Amino acid sequence: MAVCIAVIAKENYPLYIRSTPMESELKFHYMVHTSLDVVDEKISTMGKALVDQRELYLGLLYPTEDYKMFRKLHNSYTDVMCNPFYNPGDRIQSRAFDSMVTSMMIQVC
Amino acid sequence: METAAGGGCGSGPPLLLSEGEQQCYSELFARCAGAASGGAGPGPPEAARVSLGAATAAAGPVADLFRASQLPAETLHQITELCGAKRVGYFGPTQFYVALKLIAAAQSGLPVRIESIKCELPLPRFMMSKNDGEIRFGNPAELHGTKVQIPYLTTEKNSFKRMDDEDKQEAQSPTMSPLASPPSSPPPYQRVPLSHGYSKLRSGTEQMHPAPYEARQPLVQPEGPSSGGPGAKPLRHQASLIRSFSVERELQDNNSNYPDEPWRITEEQREYYVNQFRSLQPDPSSFISGSVAKNFFTKSKLSIPELSYIWELSDADCDGALTLPEFCAAFHLIVARKNGYPLPEGLPPTLQPEYLQAAFPKPKWDCALFESYSESMSANQQPRDLNRMEKTSVKDVADFPVPTQDVTGDDKQALKNTINEALPKDVSEDSATKSGLLPPPPALPPRPCPSQSEQVSETELLPQLNRVPSQAAECSPAKKDVSYSQPPSKPIRRKFRPENQSTENQEPSTAAGGPTSVATVKPHPTVQKQSSKQKKAIQTAIRKNKEANAVLARLNSELQQQLKEVHQERIALENQLEQLRPVTVL
Repeated sequence: MAVCIAVIAKENYPLYIRSTPMESELKFHYMVHTSLDVVDEKISTMGKALVDQRELYLGLLYPTEDYKMFRKLHNSYTDVMCNPFYNPGDRIQSRAFDSMVTSMMIQVC
Repeated sequence: METAAGGGCGSGPPLLLSEGEQQCYSELFARCAGAASGGAGPGPPEAARVSLGAATAAAGPVADLFRASQLPAETLHQITELCGAKRVGYFGPTQFYVALKLIAAAQSGLPVRIESIKCELPLPRFMMSKNDGEIRFGNPAELHGTKVQIPYLTTEKNSFKRMDDEDKQEAQSPTMSPLASPPSSPPPYQRVPLSHGYSKLRSGTEQMHPAPYEARQPLVQPEGPSSGGPGAKPLRHQASLIRSFSVERELQDNNSNYPDEPWRITEEQREYYVNQFRSLQPDPSSFISGSVAKNFFTKSKLSIPELSYIWELSDADCDGALTLPEFCAAFHLIVARKNGYPLPEGLPPTLQPEYLQAAFPKPKWDCALFESYSESMSANQQPRDLNRMEKTSVKDVADFPVPTQDVTGDDKQALKNTINEALPKDVSEDSATKSGLLPPPPALPPRPCPSQSEQVSETELLPQLNRVPSQAAECSPAKKDVSYSQPPSKPIRRKFRPENQSTENQEPSTAAGGPTSVATVKPHPTVQKQSSKQKKAIQTAIRKNKEANAVLARLNSELQQQLKEVHQERIALENQLEQLRPVTVL
């Protein structure tokens, strides 16, 4: 079900994009960018509130089914961040992250 | 001896063998033929039919030999067909040699064809697990290559890889480690040749050890493998390592079911890691923060992605900090990587924190540790070479222990100041700057004196170089009664003459505790002496410069004189010209 997973940095460039090879990647990139607008909208309406994890996610399509997936993603992302050798803003090259993402995509596709 | 393969091999071209090949093949053939007289084993279906004549090799040993080449059965089948043994029904010399060449070709990745054997081929490799005699199938010629220089870690790695690939074939040789019963390994896998030699060492009698070492040592030493010169040293002491390794392995087998691996941390390594940890973080039960660890590991000069990956592997709880076992695992991975091992996909079981905590009891974290550590180091010569290997291979990790040198080394003044400041400091200071100033294993020098001197020794500046040996020299003689003075000289000397390390380590460093008071008193006079020496050096330099200056000034004045004269001549000539010109114009 997850055909594309992307991690976008604050500056709106992708830190990580992975998609199943079925569709053209470019289309996905566009979709990801447009979805950023949705995210921005959500943020602006939210206020500071809480850890945005849940809220932001629910703002997207298919909320409840993929909640677990999002949480896994988010956890992996924090693990990547914890690595002191990771410079924020670099592309994510962590193998563990990669494998987690591929497993997720395979699992639900 | 050229073997015309025409008769036996049908349409085969003449078979040209090189010297080494001839020797090897004839030996193998003799062996197979000889073994035949002892009774042929049951030939496997794909082996040639047996003719037990003296001129032929029996199918049993031949089949064993072919299997030992680790090629798949299909390939062996093809080979036996091609070499003509099937056709004629036996393995004559011709067939045998052709078969061997085909095996070599197959092991090199070439297709099994007659054409393949026309070109230059390496000798075929065979891994045997039974007798020492058979083990010599692995051609010593190959061992000449750079592949030989492998610390024992490598051979463990071998087995580690193989254990992953196949079921344990230990049934073949229950007394041998997995090293000796290798499943098929891809030919390009470089470590293969030594590992079976290693297996010989493991399985064979102890008196086998000196001979191959002596033979290999001169061969090995001239080589310069990627893992660096230290490779030769562990080979020299491999006997002792093997003994300790086999003992350790038995222990480990008792403790766990894990197969031998290069990922197993030995005692010496463990101690070293622990000491490094201590330098970064005095409390053993607490963490090293991410940034501190990052700075420390960055000095290992591995690339950032690799370090990042190593961190991922070792930080099991992903909390951004390293506990002691995590740190040991990370360090071990770094060392392994520096030695050329590819990083594993996942954290090996022997590097997991729980395993590490269970396998190694926590050391006592006080000054007594230093005593026991130095004693054990002095008592323990054998692992030294492993450490030396580690150290020198970690040598361009040489900056590992010296973090601030690059920063301060450029500035003489800053260096002087740091030394003056640092020397009176207490031993218990464990700041990050100190942390890096520990030298490579195994010596753990006390803080103030050698750390600075080591820092100094790395710079190219003349005064510092003067200061270093003088400081070292003064440290040691001045503190003769305090035997901890020996460690101070170690790091410096090690940089210049690594082979002295063993002698230095032998010196007992007993009264290591409480060096602070002694250290604080002594450095002051030494510093003064050094500054005076430094002054002298500067003064001589000044004098020389002055002389050069004077010479140049004299030269300058002479040239100026000449210039003036030339000017005057020119003026005179121009005047004449002026006087003459109006006359001509008119």
